[in-house]
Amino acid sequence: MRKARATWAVLVAALVAVTSWAVTYAAPVRMGPVTDDWGVVRVARGQPIVIAYWLVVAGPDASLGVDSRRGIEIAIDDKKTVAGHPVRLIGEDSGCNAEGGTTAATKLAANRQIVAAIGSSCSSEAVPGAPILCKAGIVTVSPSNTAPKLTDPKRGPEYACYLRTAHNDLVQGRAAAQFAYHVLGVRRAATIHDGSPYAEGLANVFADVFKRLGGTITSQEAVSPTDTDMRPVLTRIAAGKPQLIYYPIFIAAGGHITRQAKEVAGLENVKLMSADGTFSPDFWKAAGEAARGVYNSSPDLSVEALGSKYQQFLDKHQKKYGEKPLSAFHAHAYDAAMMIFAAIEKVAKKDAQGNTYIGRKALRDALFATRNFPGITGNLTCNPYGDCADPKIAVYQTLSADPAKWNPGVDPKKVWAMKR
Amino acid sequence: MAAGVLRRPVARRLSFVDAFLWAFRLAVVLVVVWGTVGTLRLGRYTGEQWVDFVVFGLAQGGIYALIALGYTMVYGILRMINFAHGEVFMSGAYTAYFVAAPLAASGFLDRHPILSLLLLVGVAAAVSTGVAVLVERVAYRPLRRAPRLVPLITAIGASFFLQYAFRGLYGSGFKAYPEFQLFKGEWQILGIGVLRTQAVVLASAAVLMFALYQFVMRTKLGKAMRAVSEDKDAAALMGIDVDRIIVLTFAIGGAAAGAAGILYALVFKQVHFFMGFVPGIKAFTAAVLGGIGNIPGAMLGGLFLGVVESVGPALFLDGLGIPAPYQLKDVIAFTMLVMVLIFRPQGILGERLAAKRA
Repeated sequence: MRKARATWAVLVAALVAVTSWAVTYAAPVRMGPVTDDWGVVRVARGQPIVIAYWLVVAGPDASLGVDSRRGIEIAIDDKKTVAGHPVRLIGEDSGCNAEGGTTAATKLAANRQIVAAIGSSCSSEAVPGAPILCKAGIVTVSPSNTAPKLTDPKRGPEYACYLRTAHNDLVQGRAAAQFAYHVLGVRRAATIHDGSPYAEGLANVFADVFKRLGGTITSQEAVSPTDTDMRPVLTRIAAGKPQLIYYPIFIAAGGHITRQAKEVAGLENVKLMSADGTFSPDFWKAAGEAARGVYNSSPDLSVEALGSKYQQFLDKHQKKYGEKPLSAFHAHAYDAAMMIFAAIEKVAKKDAQGNTYIGRKALRDALFATRNFPGITGNLTCNPYGDCADPKIAVYQTLSADPAKWNPGVDPKKVWAMKR
Repeated sequence: MAAGVLRRPVARRLSFVDAFLWAFRLAVVLVVVWGTVGTLRLGRYTGEQWVDFVVFGLAQGGIYALIALGYTMVYGILRMINFAHGEVFMSGAYTAYFVAAPLAASGFLDRHPILSLLLLVGVAAAVSTGVAVLVERVAYRPLRRAPRLVPLITAIGASFFLQYAFRGLYGSGFKAYPEFQLFKGEWQILGIGVLRTQAVVLASAAVLMFALYQFVMRTKLGKAMRAVSEDKDAAALMGIDVDRIIVLTFAIGGAAAGAAGILYALVFKQVHFFMGFVPGIKAFTAAVLGGIGNIPGAMLGGLFLGVVESVGPALFLDGLGIPAPYQLKDVIAFTMLVMVLIFRPQGILGERLAAKRA
């Protein structure tokens, strides 16, 4: 009896193993005129091509994802049809954390009609989420992930479907350190990250470059994104007497640090600098008047840096949503969508009835082959690890801290631009 | 002789467990002492900074304590953990924002700060009380005679329901509370500079807790609550309306959570639909730490947890050379909980109560 059961267990295990092997290493799929290793999406004549976003569109960091989603929506308005089909945008909230990224990616992976995805917002979502989409053969382009490890040459084959139009933080961290050292003349700095791949990566790049320039890092601290009481950790920082605190984190925790820093003895005159994760009117709401004077490194979103295309985008944005962009990655999202549309048109094939077939791996390869693509954020060229950005970094300083006066470039005022 | 033979293996097993626990205790004490001595030898912090750590911790702990009261009172009476209590806290603070914002916009807030504060506390306490009573009526009362696991599950369901109901009502973003000009800056108290908001929070929390304790110990209703907590059936036979007392318990716990919500908003300014989760878990920890079911225990546990979170990383971990110790704040807090559960399962002040119930 026991033996029989054991035999059954072995048989079932073997069956599971064989099936999963078969699923993972499926033979090339042939559908209509297209053969593809990762599978083929068939879009019936007159039906829309489905593009999915996975962005943080709820919670304290919602402005980051909503900003990107608007960029995608404007791109769809501009493009109208892709390979003769209209475009339908669906999406999932990804929560700006690893669990949310996993959930959103799993939901998207289950929908076989999705041709390509745009996301995620936060690097912490992409680290577990991108491999799930890759397994399902869905290529994804992130408009705002900036953690260096996502496009590191050692990133591994499970990220083979992942690209980004956002800059790599190796660039942003270096720019921030140069600004702090050369422009602000600061020699002693402390950093805070929140344990997310984005913040940790950026804080480390900043610290490395700042030390190489000749500065001293008094302490490298970490908090958790849900922490509210930052006074103890700020007191610890105060013990090292820094002139600047660099905290490239997100809005909720960033707001608390900004409000509480000036209340801690020894930090009354310290300069505060954050990064693109808090470059939003919501950050002003979170930090209140304490946000005045805070520096943010962020993509250079000025018409002089990006040209008249960006002005046209801003006009459309104002007309469609009645306000200024909410964060820093709308243009990157627009470019991500346009890049995907161009790649789809390159690989889509039609049959005699007018149905369209898109090979998943072919689409991925076409995206990675993007060269000198004229986007709003610059001329995009993708490297073999998915970095497509043409990075332009600037530093902004908050003047009024009144969310109603949010107007990137004027207030927060652009005070410095990275030399290229 | 036979008894001796029988007893020996038992004695040996106990002594092995004892030895292990003693080794564990010793190891923890050694690590703590080593870390503390190391930190003090480093001399990184000034005396004032240590005082600051403690004051910051007390202010945070006062909020934990007020929320913990709700957990502990409900447990005392129903022997269940009301996991929706964090959301009760959120509902009051979030709703009162919609009173605070127009008050601030009209300038009333700065002209009459004390009156506004009382008004806000009133609104928050009223909403939280309403939500707490509603949860009791809908989610717990129908299950009064069900096995204990059942209301625990509905509590978690109620918690999710409330979070997403408030998300639907007020939106998914966060709201920022207005600044009280009166509470900006510091007061010198006994030669120590204390942030005004924190002084207000500590004082209000102390007053509320004192009032609550007096209510439970001195009034007739308080006596009835204690009677129900001892034995529901006997209390009913003595002519106490048990359902009414249970509702009262939820209402008082809700009011304390609502007040805590305003104090939280005073200190941290941000409110959103998910804000109740972490303070709820922390306050639950505080309630267990102090001895769940015990009101002074919840207060003590809350303050203790707040101080440990604030002082612990700097005091214990700095000396051990651990980088970025404040990332491990929660580790310290929950290690403390595990330690208490291992060595004093009834909590710091839980002994008398546990003995009475046994």
